[in-house]
Amino acid sequence: MFYLFTFLFFSNLLRGNTITVCANCEVKTISEGVNIAVEFDTLLIKKGTYKEYNILIDKPLTIKGDSYPIVDGEEKGEIIRIVSDNVTIDGLFIINVGTSYTSDYAAIRVVKSENFTIKNVVLEKLFFGIYLEKSNNGRVYHNKIIGDAIDEYNSGNGIQLWYSKNVVVEKNIVQHVRDGIYLEFSDNITIKDNTSTDNLRYGLHFMFSNDDVYTNNLFENNGAGVAVMFSKRIKMVNNTFRKNWGTAAFGMLLKEINDAEIVGNTFEENTIGVNIEGSNRIVYEKNNFIKNGWAIKVLGACYANTFSRNNFLHNSFDISYNSKLNDNVFNQNYWSAYTGYDLDKNGIGDVPYRPVKLFSYIVNKTPETIVLLRSLFMDIIDFSEKVSPVFTPDNLLDANPLMKKAL
Amino acid sequence: MLFLNNDVSKAVITLMNIIIVLVPLIGTIFGVMYFYNSKEFTELLLAQPIKRSSIFSGQYLGVAGSLALSLVLGLGIPFVAYGIFRSNAIFDFTLLLVTGAFLTLIFTALSFNIALTNENKIKGFGYAVLLWLFMAVIYDGLFLMSLIVFKEYPLDSFSLTATMFNPIDLSRTLILLKLDISALLGYTGAVFKQFFGTNQGLTVSLIMLILWTVLPVWRLVVISKKKDF
Repeated sequence: MFYLFTFLFFSNLLRGNTITVCANCEVKTISEGVNIAVEFDTLLIKKGTYKEYNILIDKPLTIKGDSYPIVDGEEKGEIIRIVSDNVTIDGLFIINVGTSYTSDYAAIRVVKSENFTIKNVVLEKLFFGIYLEKSNNGRVYHNKIIGDAIDEYNSGNGIQLWYSKNVVVEKNIVQHVRDGIYLEFSDNITIKDNTSTDNLRYGLHFMFSNDDVYTNNLFENNGAGVAVMFSKRIKMVNNTFRKNWGTAAFGMLLKEINDAEIVGNTFEENTIGVNIEGSNRIVYEKNNFIKNGWAIKVLGACYANTFSRNNFLHNSFDISYNSKLNDNVFNQNYWSAYTGYDLDKNGIGDVPYRPVKLFSYIVNKTPETIVLLRSLFMDIIDFSEKVSPVFTPDNLLDANPLMKKAL
Repeated sequence: MLFLNNDVSKAVITLMNIIIVLVPLIGTIFGVMYFYNSKEFTELLLAQPIKRSSIFSGQYLGVAGSLALSLVLGLGIPFVAYGIFRSNAIFDFTLLLVTGAFLTLIFTALSFNIALTNENKIKGFGYAVLLWLFMAVIYDGLFLMSLIVFKEYPLDSFSLTATMFNPIDLSRTLILLKLDISALLGYTGAVFKQFFGTNQGLTVSLIMLILWTVLPVWRLVVISKKKDF
């Protein structure tokens, strides 16, 4: 059986011819190459500049660039559109995608196709980068997308998935676009080892997408961090969210998220580490919250979330609540602001820790009071609130705070 | 403290609490105490052909200088021994020492002013302690209350100005600019953004600190020239 498959596989490969495209060859443009190619052929694009747009790939082909040939769209419109299954694009340098307010021109658009691979592609001066539309079982691997977005209204997203399933987005670098990676109605997507930085809006943006996994990604200095909205069963593991600064900037924004797992992530130096709203049954485990303004900001309607074995290190505010109601569990976290003792030496503090300070309540009500942060007077009233909670939820406490950092 | 948690930034936060609370207190108490204790000697000196301004500024510089030096060296040496130059918290730490030194200078000058205008020792001490209490605690309380009462109004320029009028708040803000910048940027006001987001905040605060030092010293010199002993 195995031999049969190998045989079929190789015979498939053997069937394909290689067509070389270059300035002095018989075939001078990519579109021409696609026209004369038959199914399962390989187009080898030699180094050079190809001023082409609206290249339609309607049969299973492999398009391979030799030392990054430049495909220049001259800002006239879309550059490559894939409408066939089993297409591979490898090693192209695509620039100058047209900007339009009525249609989303993309450097590479995949429409209703299966088993596609887009790898080692470099995109610059783009509107939308890689746009997957109702296309499943594909792979977007090791691409570099560098935009020059200035305004949100006339810029596009780096990698956009729309109604696509089972796609792997891996080792891409996305910079200076609107949303680094955008998912809408896309389920079972794996996003791993990507770097998404300096984007205007979100580094990663989820809408109505379920059962997705993202691991080992780096999101840094994006306009508003990462937004995960209206999605279910998302797994977020070992990601890093850094330096998202600003009035509406979050490491991660969760809105209407249920049953997610957030494990082993690092939130460092964000204005707000995690901003949660209407999110239920989320497990937060082994995350590091380091030097954020607010490590976690809870805006209401969040129930049955558990926070355990997280490290809260030197945040200005650990947790902020806007209501007195609390249904979330904090257990066995490490809080750098904890001042209790451990007499029985079991590694767990003997006095519960109250992460919500009165001051964070005051700042919620009157934001200008932020200038009084860390003043002696604030320490005094925080202390009195700690002794007898009046304004903050009195059941919100970590009954077993760790004495040492959780690993 | 350093060996206990291996974390310089946490140590800076703890030290900040000490500096903004204790340093002014020590400056005030020592200044008043020194002035009253050496009063008789000062009167003896005044009988000599020495300029008044040099006597009093000499006394002030002696007290304030030695206090500031003891703070800078006392905190500096252990940190240097610990290896602060190799860590990236060096700037935060320098800022901490600079503000600490400024606070010493300011509060010693203020306490000399108090002692010079009050012949009565007990009264002078009372005023000095009250001054410290007011600057360290009561001012912030009143500030907070006014912010909460007038929260319907745009308050960002008011709150920034109010910090300028209290040297303790001012030095706290200076250190916050380095430590809690991410939280401070969470607020929407444009004035805040300009103040905290750029180097403007640092410059303005430093200029205000220098003003806070120069003005009391100047008053000290003027009063000491006129005063009838």
